Amino acid sequence: MSETKTPSKLEKILSSGQLAVTSECGPPRGSDPEVIRKKAQMIKDHVDAINITDNQTSVTRLCSLAACIHLKLMGLEPVLQMVVRDRNRIALQSDILGAASFDIHNILCLSGDHQKFGDNPQGQNVFDIDSMQLIQTVRLMRDEGKFLGGDDIARPPKMFVGAAANPFADPFEIRVPRLAKKVAAGAEFIQTQCIYNVDRFKEWLKGVVDRGLHEKVYILAGVTPFKSAGMAKYMKNRVPGMDVPDELVKRMSGVPKEKQPEEGLSICVETIEQLKEVEGVSGFHIMAIEWEEKVPEIVERSGLYPRPSVGE
Amino acid sequence: MIVAEKKPMEEIIEEVKGYNKILIAGCNECVTVCEAGGKKEVQVLASALRMYFMNQGKEIKIDEVTLERQCDHEYLEEIRNIIDQYDAVLSLACGVGVQFMAEKYFTTPILPGVNTCFLGATEERGFWTERCQACGQCILARTGGICPVSRCAKRLLNGPCGGSTKGKCEIDSNVDCAWQLIIDRLKALGRLEQDYEKLTPIKDWSTDRAGGPRKVVREDVRI
Amino acid sequence: MRLQYPDTIRVVRVPCTGKVDIIHILRSFEKGADGVYVVGCMEGDCRFNNGNIRAKKRVALAKKILDTIGIGGERVQMFNLSSAEGPKFAQYAVEMTDKIKELGANPIKKAFKKKAA
Repeated sequence: MSETKTPSKLEKILSSGQLAVTSECGPPRGSDPEVIRKKAQMIKDHVDAINITDNQTSVTRLCSLAACIHLKLMGLEPVLQMVVRDRNRIALQSDILGAASFDIHNILCLSGDHQKFGDNPQGQNVFDIDSMQLIQTVRLMRDEGKFLGGDDIARPPKMFVGAAANPFADPFEIRVPRLAKKVAAGAEFIQTQCIYNVDRFKEWLKGVVDRGLHEKVYILAGVTPFKSAGMAKYMKNRVPGMDVPDELVKRMSGVPKEKQPEEGLSICVETIEQLKEVEGVSGFHIMAIEWEEKVPEIVERSGLYPRPSVGE
Repeated sequence: MIVAEKKPMEEIIEEVKGYNKILIAGCNECVTVCEAGGKKEVQVLASALRMYFMNQGKEIKIDEVTLERQCDHEYLEEIRNIIDQYDAVLSLACGVGVQFMAEKYFTTPILPGVNTCFLGATEERGFWTERCQACGQCILARTGGICPVSRCAKRLLNGPCGGSTKGKCEIDSNVDCAWQLIIDRLKALGRLEQDYEKLTPIKDWSTDRAGGPRKVVREDVRI
Repeated sequence: MRLQYPDTIRVVRVPCTGKVDIIHILRSFEKGADGVYVVGCMEGDCRFNNGNIRAKKRVALAKKILDTIGIGGERVQMFNLSSAEGPKFAQYAVEMTDKIKELGANPIKKAFKKKAA
């Protein structure tokens, strides 16, 4: 996995064998570009690339593509998240080209949360293709310069193709085969669901390494700091596919309320520390939900700072 | 079968209140089995509507009929000689029956008395669940006999998504995760290893509703 | 036991309350009954397993329909007793009759009387 296929900075860092660090910003529920610029400003020196979420939890927001363009105009490296929930294959391919026209070089292919969770539960969903098929679509467009319909693309997109993996969802037994399937579809990097149960994550990763999948795909371990004990409980009980061990909830509840944010950050740093040297981990994806200002601290305390510079 | 649900009485009253002579027409097929629009439901609805209007001091003629099927010409023809006696027909058939009757009796208002819900099965009396969305290209051979198009909330062909928890769907803990069912069945069939990792290609939805109103033509049986 | 119960009640005998359908209840009102009550065996003691449970659900639905159409769901009621409880049968009959008397006549009859006058 040493030669790169795209101009992506993220791909360059990963292929150089260094641990990559990515983070994410949720776009605002309005049209003020300052919101996204401010968030990016806070973290830009501490991460290699910034994911922009695509109407996460099905709540309507400023679109991922436009937010990525704002980052690009700031000279930063965006990862365009794209869900298949809201767009059919025409719109998906069209948006990929739109992103490519701004030289956005990273894409994360996702299914998307069901619209039931969002602000338009009465809406239709699309799901014309699924996330695996979106991975295939981007690879087809990039590698063969073709549309799904078979026609040639003038100036094909040059995107480093990512996918998500949730090592904690059920059924556990197919979680490794599922990753294998995403790799077979063409995924080149993976950002995982937030890891709280480190043992279970390692068990999954062992299965990944046993099959040699870590040599075919870069895995960025996902982490999210708890802001409070309440958030830990919410993540444990309310968020589908999330595995928060009781000990962590207890640990968060065990400290006074004003100390809880600090404790949450410590847990996050410890998780990164525990996983840094583990075979199969190529980097970290730090999802500090509406807490972007803490990303630099997490990166520094985890010994992941300074970030490498990559020549063009 | 086609599963339907009775419309709320209040909505039906709103629909029919401008008419003086109403025929309530049931159907002996699917809607009888799912207890939404068979002979019994026709009787109950007719009686309730009669009382409602009597209580309003209005004399409204409400008659009852239940046809063998409302999706076939020959059975719909059975009411041809009485249809002119009515200002409107309240059909308790599925959406197919309501429309077919409306096509046949072009100048009589045909009103729906049920909400047509889905293609499904009777899990137990009083409990029906969806099984098929009539996408026009069956993939059950590849998915362990369980349909991800109708049973996965995201109709994922290469599932499950990350929201599958303890065998249940992220949208509702009472809904089975279709992909958990598929995986369990593939395992029982001894086909998990060989089948799960096969990528299902992008589906051609042109045989689904996406392709516009569909038809099936069988020249060999047409006269 | 020669127990007295109000003579305004017309008894319709059924082999099991499970035989009572919603339509029987509705038709009674349509034909002018002021109230209908169903007397079944104790829950759990149905000779046909759950006939009285079915009856209970049908009575509940009849109540709902009668409320919707303005007749009043309180005019229909389910009672349960064992076959050895003759006095209770008479007691329920009195109770129901008192309740219906309080509610007055079936409103359909009233509506028609008004119209005739």
